[in-house]
Amino acid sequence: MLDPLRPPGPCPAAVREGTSPISTPTTPRSVSRRRFLTYLVAAPALAVGAQLALDGEPAEALPGIPDVLDLGDALILAGLPTSHLLVLEVTSAGRVVLQLPRLEVGQGLTTAMAMLVADELGARLGDVDVPLAPARPELLFNQLTGASNSVRSLYDPVRAAAAAARARLVTAAARRWSLSAGSLRVQDSAVLAPDGRSASYASLAVEAAGVLVPAVPATPKPVSQQRLVGQATGRIDARDIVTGKAKYTGDLDIPGAVPTVVSRPPTINGTVRSYRADAALAMPGVLGVVRIPTGIAVLAETFDQAMKAKAGLDIDWGPGPLATLSDEDIRGRLRDAQPPFLVPPLLTQHVDAEFDFAFVSHAPMEVLTAVADVRADRAELWFGAQAPIVAQQAIAAELGLPLSAVTLHVVRGGGSFGRRLFFDAGLEAAQISKAAGRPVKLMWTRNDDVRHGRMRPASHHRIRATHALGQVLTYEHRVATVRTDFRHGLGEALTAAAFDLSVAGITLSQAFFLLTEKLPYELGLSTQLLAEVPLEMHTGSWRSVYSGLVRVADEIMVDELARTLGQDPAAFRRSRLSDAAGRAVLDRLVQAGDWGRAMPAGHAQGIAFHAEHRSSVAYLVELDATDRANPRVTKAVAVADVGRVINPRGLEAQLMGALMDGISVTLQAGVHIDKGAVREGSYADFRYARQRHSPPEFAVHLMPPSGSPGGAGELGVPAAAAAVANAWARATGTSPRSFPVNF
Amino acid sequence: MDGQSAVPSYQFVLNGRSVTVDAPADMPLLWVLRDKLGVTGPKYGCGVGVCRACTSHLDDAEIQPCTVPVQDCAGRRVTTIEGLADGDRLHPVQQAWLDQDVAQCGFCQPGQIMTAVALLRRTPDPTDADIDRIENVCRCGTYFRIREAIKQAAAAGS
Repeated sequence: MLDPLRPPGPCPAAVREGTSPISTPTTPRSVSRRRFLTYLVAAPALAVGAQLALDGEPAEALPGIPDVLDLGDALILAGLPTSHLLVLEVTSAGRVVLQLPRLEVGQGLTTAMAMLVADELGARLGDVDVPLAPARPELLFNQLTGASNSVRSLYDPVRAAAAAARARLVTAAARRWSLSAGSLRVQDSAVLAPDGRSASYASLAVEAAGVLVPAVPATPKPVSQQRLVGQATGRIDARDIVTGKAKYTGDLDIPGAVPTVVSRPPTINGTVRSYRADAALAMPGVLGVVRIPTGIAVLAETFDQAMKAKAGLDIDWGPGPLATLSDEDIRGRLRDAQPPFLVPPLLTQHVDAEFDFAFVSHAPMEVLTAVADVRADRAELWFGAQAPIVAQQAIAAELGLPLSAVTLHVVRGGGSFGRRLFFDAGLEAAQISKAAGRPVKLMWTRNDDVRHGRMRPASHHRIRATHALGQVLTYEHRVATVRTDFRHGLGEALTAAAFDLSVAGITLSQAFFLLTEKLPYELGLSTQLLAEVPLEMHTGSWRSVYSGLVRVADEIMVDELARTLGQDPAAFRRSRLSDAAGRAVLDRLVQAGDWGRAMPAGHAQGIAFHAEHRSSVAYLVELDATDRANPRVTKAVAVADVGRVINPRGLEAQLMGALMDGISVTLQAGVHIDKGAVREGSYADFRYARQRHSPPEFAVHLMPPSGSPGGAGELGVPAAAAAVANAWARATGTSPRSFPVNF
Repeated sequence: MDGQSAVPSYQFVLNGRSVTVDAPADMPLLWVLRDKLGVTGPKYGCGVGVCRACTSHLDDAEIQPCTVPVQDCAGRRVTTIEGLADGDRLHPVQQAWLDQDVAQCGFCQPGQIMTAVALLRRTPDPTDADIDRIENVCRCGTYFRIREAIKQAAAAGS
């Protein structure tokens, strides 16, 4: 009945006040029973498709969210019925090409996928290309990059396709040589015969396309025979990056696409009452000015001229809907929205705490950029899209074109952190190109990005834990956030995964919350509830989403509980973690990080743990807070168990980046809202960490393989942020309540 | 664009080759490179010299082309990330970047590399404190590997 991938958790699922749990014990189609059919795709050379297949009957729609299921499982379930999931080609030029239905934004996915293909196929890594597939509506829910789910969802089908291709290449060689296929082996993109003959995959590609029934098994090899998977491997695009050849959207040379920027209102969602463009149109290089719903666009020969002409526009702005609201007002609304605790105070000993987290900009290095070429009967677009099918649908609807007339090329992104789930720039570029009647290359400025871009919603947390005789009896966490915008296809995906949210009486955000927020500790009767305050502003998932708030507050509270009960924070956690893998991670960290070593005054260690995406991680940081205005993490150690690591170097990079996110949002990086406008405007005042904030000592320890790959892209953020907060508390002797602490 | 005055012309050496470009005197070098010359290695990240994703070299010194007008480059040598390697032979700093597998999204890395090259030119054996003074933003948080790569390149005597 329960998902075999994960033992039942120690904590009950979120409980609705005074009622029974939302969750149901019924598990839908088990993810562990998925398998893959492979098939030949008609092509001049070898092309193999992999398709997810269902064992058993589709489940009935579920009234709620089973607590044994996580968001990644739900997204995998949503993808089950999708045909033509992946196509792997071997060309007669010797290239192995996997069209990846995901976005590369620096998480190293293309490298991990190339490793899987090369290992399974017996190809040289350098022979494998992993271009990003354009929007493919037939993939339905299987072209969403998010929820740290790409490796989890692609590990099996990619290997299945590569295994099927390998079997056909071997069979083709066997036929050519009139040898038994079972006597042949593969290595370095070639089939080798016992007598020393070899045939390259390039030379076999056409013949292999004619192999309908392979003479050797077409199934993935056992993990014990994997050679590349698990080996530290450099990124496949690293040389392009360090030589400046890597192309992002703004670097593309699309014929006729002219530089374009948009003048935006001083307040969030402000309006254009009227405008005059005469002066701007007379400026050098200016090619046009058009009005779109979000502002006034300027087209010019260069971005410099477009930006200068933008400053020359005369616009009468109307105030945005939040023009009377500032941070304090928003915090007040969040406090008011919070449901009360179930357990009253004074019945027993208790620890109460309230936490506030500021808005945080995504601020990827590459600002939102999109190229659009809209014609009367078709449109072609280029941009980095995590949800390209939803973007394509929205843009087609906006332009009044059939979906098939809109082509969306997915371009690598210069960072994302959740930002490119939304396609704000793509939609605007389409509007501008249509209005101006020419192709445009729209770039948001950094000011646009920080002041009108999306952000992690501010949140307020109230936590109450009761305890007696050294035991925690109850743990209640009330979360209120400004509403997170999930309108990038997530609701449709969950519906496709057979969750009927309307029956459960919960919102999409609550479903996301229930699927992701799990307390890993036994802390008596625990409840977590989300309340949302809808505000007309641009929010969105920020790397680790609710966990970056909820679990950070939890981990700070756990430290405070341990202190109250006179227990060591690491030992307290260990004694309440029911998951053996989690305990092993913590044990390794305590040893590798030298937990408990003596620290000078004003310095302290901090520790925190997090489990999500079928993975677990713990961080230990050492913080120098002798100068409270300029604290410095001097050393950090991370230990992670992700089930099975594809590329340890890539995973270490993710844990390093998550650490910097944790340092930034805990200590110094956030944005303020002043009367409906974002105060900050660039990296000068949105103080994301610099080199001087990064630890000169950093180490990652990875636990040995124990199963299938878990997710890792967002995994580290909550534990990293909380470890920094806990170190701050110990170094300063304070109880931090508002983040970032220096804001 | 009626009545527009003649646009001045500037000559400079870009990555070892002489180029001449017509541009307003105050146009930042970044947009001359990207929009007029098609040299896209230097990236826009802020436009005000803060993020340093566009970092390149003017003669041998580090500059942020988003804040340097093209007129200041006349007759001088401009080097972008594209001009750092010697043909197919990578600069030792680029090689260190590969060896340490520094890049994630890669967008800031041309600027990071050009900053590191300039640092090592000034300070061949930088301390951690020297490296701490690098202001370039990396939103992916690759700082630790940048530090390791700079130390590797320094040890190799780049």
